[in-house]
Amino acid sequence: MTLVGLSFAYLKDRGLNTALNILLLALGVATLVILLLFARQLEGRFTRDAQGIDLVVGAKGSPLQLILSSIYHVDVPTGNIPLSAVQALRQERTVAKVIPLALGDNFRGYRIVGTEPAYPAHYGAVLSDGRMWDKPFEAVIGADVAAGLGAGLGQRFLGSHGLGSGQSPEHDATPFIVVGRLKPTGTVVDRLVMASVESVWDMHGIAHDENEHEDEPDEAHGVMQPEVTALLVTYSSPLGAIQLPGFINRQTNMQAAAPAVEITRLLSLVGLGIEAVQALALLLLLTAGLSIFVALYTALRQREGDMAMLRVIGASRASIFGQILVEGMLLATAGALLGVALGHGVIAAAAANFRQLAEMGLDAGRFDIAELWIVLGALAIGAFAALLPALRVFRADIAETLAHSR
Amino acid sequence: MKLAAGVSAATTPLVSFSTLSHAMDGRTVLAIPGWEQAAGEHALVLGPSGSGKTTLINIICGLVTPTSGSARIDGMDMTALAPAARDALRRRTIGLVFQTLRLIPALTVRENLALAQHIGRGLHDPAEISALIARVGLAHRADAKPRALSQGEGQRAAIARALITRPRLVVADEPTSALDDSNAAAMIDLLFETATATGATLLVATHDVRIRPRFAKVLTLAPPALQAAA
Ligand SMILES: Nc1ncnc2c1ncn2[C@@H]1O[C@H](COP(=O)(O)OP(=O)(O)OP(=O)(O)O)[C@@H](O)[C@H]1O
Ligand SMILES: [Mg+2]
Repeated sequence: MTLVGLSFAYLKDRGLNTALNILLLALGVATLVILLLFARQLEGRFTRDAQGIDLVVGAKGSPLQLILSSIYHVDVPTGNIPLSAVQALRQERTVAKVIPLALGDNFRGYRIVGTEPAYPAHYGAVLSDGRMWDKPFEAVIGADVAAGLGAGLGQRFLGSHGLGSGQSPEHDATPFIVVGRLKPTGTVVDRLVMASVESVWDMHGIAHDENEHEDEPDEAHGVMQPEVTALLVTYSSPLGAIQLPGFINRQTNMQAAAPAVEITRLLSLVGLGIEAVQALALLLLLTAGLSIFVALYTALRQREGDMAMLRVIGASRASIFGQILVEGMLLATAGALLGVALGHGVIAAAAANFRQLAEMGLDAGRFDIAELWIVLGALAIGAFAALLPALRVFRADIAETLAHSR
Repeated sequence: MKLAAGVSAATTPLVSFSTLSHAMDGRTVLAIPGWEQAAGEHALVLGPSGSGKTTLINIICGLVTPTSGSARIDGMDMTALAPAARDALRRRTIGLVFQTLRLIPALTVRENLALAQHIGRGLHDPAEISALIARVGLAHRADAKPRALSQGEGQRAAIARALITRPRLVVADEPTSALDDSNAAAMIDLLFETATATGATLLVATHDVRIRPRFAKVLTLAPPALQAAA
């Protein structure tokens, strides 16, 4: 039986009090861990999905909406822009890459993106099996789509109009056929169904070069022209950032939005909310610290006689001081570890029950280095809460304590 | 010099003090002439309430520094040592039995002994603990917590704990004053028996005149009023 063993015995002896203090601390730690993981993973997902995209060009409207719909595929698009914009932008000297996106359809909630193979390539996606599309209605699916639908190569499916999971009637046109599946990338591509831009046009009966229906008059398709929803632009020189957005926003019917600017704006909005909850969590931690302090303080008052006895049989002040500190630290360690486990558990449960969170890329299995700081913070609180009662050891006179305690 | 004194332990008295006095709040609470107790010579400090028995024990244990005079334990001047050295001397040589027992309620009897063994000698010897528990007749209650022990069982546990550090001197403050005649006799029997078996010397402080006949060597403390007069 060492003094550390004694700490355990004391904690066990007032088991309910110990359990409640551990729980209180764990709740504070868990809240902080949840906030941290949520903020970090959200931010990580935001930056990863937007990496290498300097500008998004789309229909006029809210720039944030344009960014959300065309980079993160979470909001509805602002509208469409003429296909001619693709060529026009590609001719700009400051532009290195233009990736067109045609949006508006889904298959069971997974968005169908009409684009070019350059799009998955931009995110470093490689095929796990099959091949890239090269004809209309050939589709390549991201890893999450493949897992979520259990779709294999050769699988046929009909897209539905709209971006949510299909209430609207399915297009009664040609079905898509899965020709390739991508390896997981940890980016938005994992959750997308990708096909050629022409496929999306065909779904909506839009005429285009490759579908020359000379026998049908143009009126059969109404006024619909080949359009795309958005263009993802990468600059070749920093000059692009100076000239291009201003030009597009002033001189054309389109708008240009910089992901970096919009995301910073969005995160600062989200950040305000996170900071508010963070303050509450810190308050919770301090409450837990105070509760540990009160528990140790009252326990030590009852144990004054024990401590004096230990001193008499030869324990040094330092070792008794250490014993009390260890008691606080054991509480804090248990609370911190339980809190981390609880935090990850809650995130796992949330990701399992709310698809939007899973789509945000919330992953309970990932640990953040900052969690270590939260744990250390909790330990510091435990140590501090134990410090004040423990310091009494250095003030107490043994003979007097023996005389006045049982 | 201290070392030499320790080596010649066989001839040095285990406990000795010169003329000793102690004052608290400007009042003399203890004033006694010189005294010596040899190893193996069980002794009794007898005096009425308030005569300074606990104060004397505290001085012997190095918990209180007397106003004048000094107490030597095993040849070393307890009163002249620095606090840490006092702790060490007490840890090495003295085992204490408290009137209120002071067993740690969160620990079992066995664990109480193990903790004292760890603090006193820095080792863990389960066999010695079991043997001592058996010697005081508590083998069947070794894993019980103090709350679950009877008064007599608690006293046995407290004596076992005092002996587990193999002290040369066992000091007991009022071990019998709260007990009835038969229990008081049993307590003294057990103290004598275990002390003799482990080679420890007893120093018992009490106002309980019932145990006076059991000791050959007695230090009688005068009532406070008489001490003040002296
Ligand atoms: N902290 C203190 N401050 C002032 N006086 C004290 C203090 N502690 C004890 N005394 C006094 O010192 C005297 C001796 O006390 P002590 O406790 O040594 O007596 P005792 O012989 O052990 O008595 P008892 O048999 O009741 O335990 C008493 O008169 C007591 O009132
Ligand atoms: Mg007393």
